[in-house]
Amino acid sequence: MDLLKFMTAGSVDDGKSTLIGRLLFDSKNILIDQLDALERVGKNKNGTLDLALLTDGLRAEREQGITIDVAYKYFSTPKRKFIIADAPGHIQYTRNMITGASNTDLIIILIDARNGVVEQTKRHTIIASLLQIPNVIVAVNKIDLVPDAGSVYESIKRDYVKLTKQFSLKNVNFIPISALNGDNIVENTRSFNWYRGPALLEILENVTIENNINLVNARFPVQYVIRPQTEEWLDYRGYAGKVTSGIFAVGEEIIVQPSGISTIIKSIEQDGKPVKQAFATQSAVIQLEDDIDISRGDLIVKKDDALKVTNEIEVIINWMDRKVLVQGNRYLLQINSNITPVVISDLQYLIDVNTLEKHNSPSEVKLNEIVKASIKTARPVAIDSFVNNKSTGAGILIDQTSNVTVGAVIIQ
Amino acid sequence: MTTFSTDYLSQLESESIHILREVAGQFERPALLFSGGKDSLVLVHLALKAFRPGKLPFPLVHIDTGHNFPEALSFRDKRVEEIGETLIVRNVEDTIIKQNLTEPKGKFASRNALQTFTLLETIQEFEFDACIGGARRDEEKARAKERIFSVRDEFGQWDPKLQRPELWNIYNGRINKGENVRVFPISNWTELDVWNYIKRESIALPEIYFAHQRSLIEYQNQLIAVSPFIQIDDDDVILSKKVRYRTVGDMTCTAAVASDAETIDDIIRDILGSRTSERGETRIDDKVSEAAMEDRKKNGYF
Repeated sequence: MDLLKFMTAGSVDDGKSTLIGRLLFDSKNILIDQLDALERVGKNKNGTLDLALLTDGLRAEREQGITIDVAYKYFSTPKRKFIIADAPGHIQYTRNMITGASNTDLIIILIDARNGVVEQTKRHTIIASLLQIPNVIVAVNKIDLVPDAGSVYESIKRDYVKLTKQFSLKNVNFIPISALNGDNIVENTRSFNWYRGPALLEILENVTIENNINLVNARFPVQYVIRPQTEEWLDYRGYAGKVTSGIFAVGEEIIVQPSGISTIIKSIEQDGKPVKQAFATQSAVIQLEDDIDISRGDLIVKKDDALKVTNEIEVIINWMDRKVLVQGNRYLLQINSNITPVVISDLQYLIDVNTLEKHNSPSEVKLNEIVKASIKTARPVAIDSFVNNKSTGAGILIDQTSNVTVGAVIIQ
Repeated sequence: MTTFSTDYLSQLESESIHILREVAGQFERPALLFSGGKDSLVLVHLALKAFRPGKLPFPLVHIDTGHNFPEALSFRDKRVEEIGETLIVRNVEDTIIKQNLTEPKGKFASRNALQTFTLLETIQEFEFDACIGGARRDEEKARAKERIFSVRDEFGQWDPKLQRPELWNIYNGRINKGENVRVFPISNWTELDVWNYIKRESIALPEIYFAHQRSLIEYQNQLIAVSPFIQIDDDDVILSKKVRYRTVGDMTCTAAVASDAETIDDIIRDILGSRTSERGETRIDDKVSEAAMEDRKKNGYF
């Protein structure tokens, strides 16, 4: 059975948590004790169950009736296993939404039929495009609340298509739903006679899980060096890590980056047993023919397919901290297991989420703003572009003084 | 022809191994919390896969409430001996005496809350900067919100409103002195995944996970084992039933389920047919309030 990771996005009160609750409820994935708990606390004003409370698990969320942080839910149907990330819609919690978005195969962007495309729709669409989420479903929710629903749906669809012209979004699907009533979620309830397409769950069960994983360019970030130093394993020196993309085989010539030293793969092991090859995204231990200096943070790649090694990186940063980002600020850049001190050498332009215009040379970057910038690194770093390879083309910025993750970095 | 894809269990396994190696790479003094229960046995199994032929780069630690199932404890010790790793045990009993704590009273007086005191004391004693635990997001709604690397302050407190962003598979384990990180490598596994993995990997478990005859009392529709740790009143009826444990916590707060499941396949069939959640069916401690788990986590609980 395969696994689809998907998430919900959209503005506050667009019904994201209700949609997930409905999906779990109607697909019979809610258990009796969870339902009992909901019966006790989760009644709407009209006496129906408040399905949003299934994922809004924090006290503060229940008090305020909003989602603050991502909740993960797990369910399966006979066709597929699903991991859902229920992400917050409030602009203040966009960094939590990005946490969910960075590990998803599909994003459902909800639009309230009464409001149409709003700022958060645009923001989440930009994020989906930046993070290259392979599938987008635009769910026009609360469609039962508007008169002439069919034409409202068509007009929202047109607006959204116009919006996406400026982005590189793949596989965009549209669907009208009512999460509250359960229309078109698990079954096509035929409430809207003008809609002929499948129900949401049917789309989720059948969408092709695009192979997000690059199997061409082999990359193995070293996480840990295994040196037992026992009599039995006196000279054993294994490099433990995960093949983040591509395929490695015993006997292949490799280079260690950023140092550039080359050697040959002597053995590959999984669970202590030798294997002939390892591919993305398997964890493995690699032993090399020559005893060379390799430590955590180094990258093993194939000899004819090395990464660019550079001190200057062009990036897009999604800023995630309350303290502003100013040109000249210093941070740590973490790409996989590699951590390097960096300075933000140039802030080129901000992307205005509403108008999609570029504002040149901003003096500062505030929480949730998206900026094109140049970074100078203290040591040469091996990088891919995110478009070519997600695993080695993305990083995070860490504030050394607070230890907090302050920026999502997409390498250009 | 070779296909370059793996099934979801292998994907989950690889993700967990990656997380365990990040712990070893990023922290100076990590520890793995090990109780002899099924989730921590899976964790140890994954850790061996991550670091063999080397030794585990962390000790196993058990915070013993003194109310554990003897079968789980002897299994714990047997497993530790088999793999030749270090086990540190710290007793809640000792903390109660040392810190003058008050034992809870009542029919099922649980040391669950006191466990946090011993855990924090142990973290301090060994200066652990990371503690690996077997909690899963499908268990409970507060756990569903927690990051894989969850930063705790000096008092072990979790601040659910201020969690660090956690992007892609990049884990930021940087902390200040005194703080620690709780790491949950099997966050994305479900109860069924754990059982399917136990089956696939032939992981041995304590016998109480399988159907056996036991003396119990029934209290509010839950079956609690007769033990010296619970108070048996005159109107309690002592039953003998064939039961198994779906989770293994303290004898005071873990309920058994009536079952004939004697093999892993039987258990998997049971779970597939079950309409109640793991913790809902077997944990008394979660039922205190709507936010019982969140509140305990905010106070330093795992």
